[in-house]
Amino acid sequence: MSTSSLPGSASGSLPSPAVSRVRHGLAPWARIAGLALCALLTLGPVIWTVSTSLHTPAKSFDLPPKIIPTDPTVVAYRGVFDQIDVWLYALNSTLVTALIAVGQMITAGLAGYAFARLEFRFKKPLFALVLATMMVPLQVTIVPVFLELKAMGLTDTLLGLIIPAFPTAFGTFLMRQYFLGMPKDLGEAAMIDGAGPWRVFRSVYAPLAAPGLAIVGVLAFNYHWNEFFRPLILETSTENLTLPLGSGLPPGQTSAPARSPSSSPGVVLSMIPAVVVFVVGQRPLREGITSAGVNR
Amino acid sequence: MTNTEIRPARPESVRTRKTRQSRKASERAATTARGRGTRLLAALFLAPTVVGIVVFTVLPIVGSVVLSLFQWDVIEDPRWAGVANYRKILTDSTVLVSFRNTLVFMVLAVALQLLFALVLAITVNGRMPKWLRSVFRSAFFFPLVLSAASISVVMKYLFNQDFGPVNWLLGTVGIPSVPWLTSENGAMAAVVLAYVWQQFGFSFLLFVGGLNNIPKEVHEAASLDGASGLRKHLAITLPLLSPTLLVASVVGIINALQVFEQPYVLTAGGPGDSTRTVVMVIYETAFEQLRFGEASAVGVLLFVLIMAVTALQFRLSRRYVHYQ
Repeated sequence: MSTSSLPGSASGSLPSPAVSRVRHGLAPWARIAGLALCALLTLGPVIWTVSTSLHTPAKSFDLPPKIIPTDPTVVAYRGVFDQIDVWLYALNSTLVTALIAVGQMITAGLAGYAFARLEFRFKKPLFALVLATMMVPLQVTIVPVFLELKAMGLTDTLLGLIIPAFPTAFGTFLMRQYFLGMPKDLGEAAMIDGAGPWRVFRSVYAPLAAPGLAIVGVLAFNYHWNEFFRPLILETSTENLTLPLGSGLPPGQTSAPARSPSSSPGVVLSMIPAVVVFVVGQRPLREGITSAGVNR
Repeated sequence: MTNTEIRPARPESVRTRKTRQSRKASERAATTARGRGTRLLAALFLAPTVVGIVVFTVLPIVGSVVLSLFQWDVIEDPRWAGVANYRKILTDSTVLVSFRNTLVFMVLAVALQLLFALVLAITVNGRMPKWLRSVFRSAFFFPLVLSAASISVVMKYLFNQDFGPVNWLLGTVGIPSVPWLTSENGAMAAVVLAYVWQQFGFSFLLFVGGLNNIPKEVHEAASLDGASGLRKHLAITLPLLSPTLLVASVVGIINALQVFEQPYVLTAGGPGDSTRTVVMVIYETAFEQLRFGEASAVGVLLFVLIMAVTALQFRLSRRYVHYQ
């Protein structure tokens, strides 16, 4: 792990500051202090949001900011629940995100398996097609996608958000790599035993795919829970808004100028599931993000 | 796993030539049947993904190009426009400024993002207790899991000139108050900082992974040869990390060219057009002004720009990236 440690320091005793200044340029305590400061700056906006949401609106802008509220109150939260239908937006967000995550796990799992373990014609060009679409930015295709959905009658419906997100080029790629990493002998042994292609998939490989599917699911959840651009374009009715659109931003006022500090409780509420995923699924999330980059 | 009892091979000599032949034939039949089954299964497995990608990505790309050659406001029928849309957007000052803004944003954001991520990744990889390292690592990638739109709402308060904590913090070290959201340069800086704050964790994770792949012996050898901290990193870490640097910069650039949430929420493109980005122009042209042809033309140009920048990068990388 520690690539810059010295051969002599493996004993476990800390090198003296003078020595390490020569070797690292910085003393270990200075390095750690610097990192701690950076971590604080990174988490600062989040801490500020949470603490502000617990202040009364009048005290939200006290400077220096009081990180720990002197008299914590949920007034601001009550205000948010009174003004906007948080439960409805949360339900919409949950529905959309969960269905997309499950949908992507299914489509990516199946297609990834086909590309990794089944033989068929046009396999290479089809796979190249899937890979190529990974490069296409969503914003470039959004106008025709909007028109397609309009023609299907799916604009301003939750389904219009969900269905186009089912196919996932990256997820397919990831699952293909995942299935390729499994020993080929397993499937061959089952085939010699007379198992058909479906049996081989169902009983041999599919049960081993859970960790890979977890990566696809966690990435999908993280991305679509926070998604803003597509819902902004597709959903016009208040009852179809998702949390990022509905919580921080009052309906119909999507890019409003100055707004009341009551939006911080909304932001906090929309953060909660993301934080849960961060804590529970940190490992698949990290692996997914890393491979998202490495495999481009 | 059913027919295991057939498997144990009987001694070959017992069998006649005839049975061996018929067995071969039946095997071939089984294989073709299995091949047909495989192809059917493959078709079923691929259908959702391939149909979905064709309908929601491939056709829309073609659609974008076609639409960009028409004039269309949804209400009336589309009219053939040829390259008129392109001629129009290439002389439209808002569109041109948005491309300029996006490029300026991209350079600043990607440079800062890579710099922060690299310095932090190298520092985190230094000697420290394991739990501390994982605390730092989690902290740096935490902003990635938040909604860019929601957090930009927060950033708007943080960057407020008079009562925002950012200026208060700068004030404590003697820096006079900065008009973040009300001046052109300040607004661009705020958008860049808000974006980099959220995104550097991505490059950071890539670099941490890349650093872990560098053999420890390389550093030890360098230390024994008397290379000091900074020199060691410049001469050894960076070249060995260059494949990761390429990936991080390609992905960083592609993402930065598509920036939307931060300027949309934080500055609404202002003051004036100073932080209006290409994607904001696509959004406004299509969904606020209902000029779908023009919006598609801007989209096609953005796509070409992204492709060109990426291709250029891979060309340059052939000279500078060292693969082990």
